Amino acid sequence: MAPITTLHYLVVAAALFVLGVIGVLTRRNVVIVLMSIELILNAVNLNLVAFSRIWGLHGQIFAIFVITDAAAEAAVGLGILIAFFRNKETINVDEVDLMKW
Amino acid sequence: MAPVATTFFFYLLAGLTLVSGILVITQKNAVHSALALIFGLLSQAGLYLMLYAPFVAGVQIILYAGGIMVLFLFVIMLVNLERSQKEDQFNQQWLVGLLAAVALGGLFVAVYMKGKDLFPEQIAQPAENSNTQQIAVMLYGQYMFAFEIASLLLLVAIIGAVVMAKKRI
Repeated sequence: MAPITTLHYLVVAAALFVLGVIGVLTRRNVVIVLMSIELILNAVNLNLVAFSRIWGLHGQIFAIFVITDAAAEAAVGLGILIAFFRNKETINVDEVDLMKW
Repeated sequence: MAPVATTFFFYLLAGLTLVSGILVITQKNAVHSALALIFGLLSQAGLYLMLYAPFVAGVQIILYAGGIMVLFLFVIMLVNLERSQKEDQFNQQWLVGLLAAVALGGLFVAVYMKGKDLFPEQIAQPAENSNTQQIAVMLYGQYMFAFEIASLLLLVAIIGAVVMAKKRI
């Protein structure tokens, strides 16, 4: 069988990215929208690590920073979600139309 | 150590990653989505191991599958609504989603078809036994400033999350 090249990994990452975009655009549940964003960030990480095999470890350092960002984003996003749920008793994206109560 | 059955494990892990990605965006119950995402993250850590990145694989398992997903599960349990599962799970934007998917997929296919000759054929096998050491040297040397900024970012995120989620400050 043909050896696995960098392009194989890039194709997997691209598919994962498209899945995440579809999830962000079509789901109504805010939690699942945030999880789709995690999918997108993971696709980027896979790209970075795949490239780091060719061009040195900088890609892996960047992947670690992206994971840090994902942690911060998830914490703040879920905090906003809890504040929103306390006020409106729903977690549908469609209902998020107010900045202040 | 020379890798064993690389092709088989690549297709296995890539397939698991993509199937769990599809499950994440199609499951009705948010807890099932979260479990599928954990599974996908673990198989992606396997892909990192195949790319000679053991440190990133470890960080992926400990931080992503262990830390972030626990946060997600806690919030799902805090905001769990019986009612929300009976509602329509998808909004009316499936056409936009389809268009975006086709456009992005076409873009990726075009770029990769055009640029696939740019990748080097032979890839030097990186040293995996000193991977963590090399990453540490770069993180605390060349990327020191970015590292400190990341710690500041985490501090801001902690404060932000507490301020957002607290009833009365």
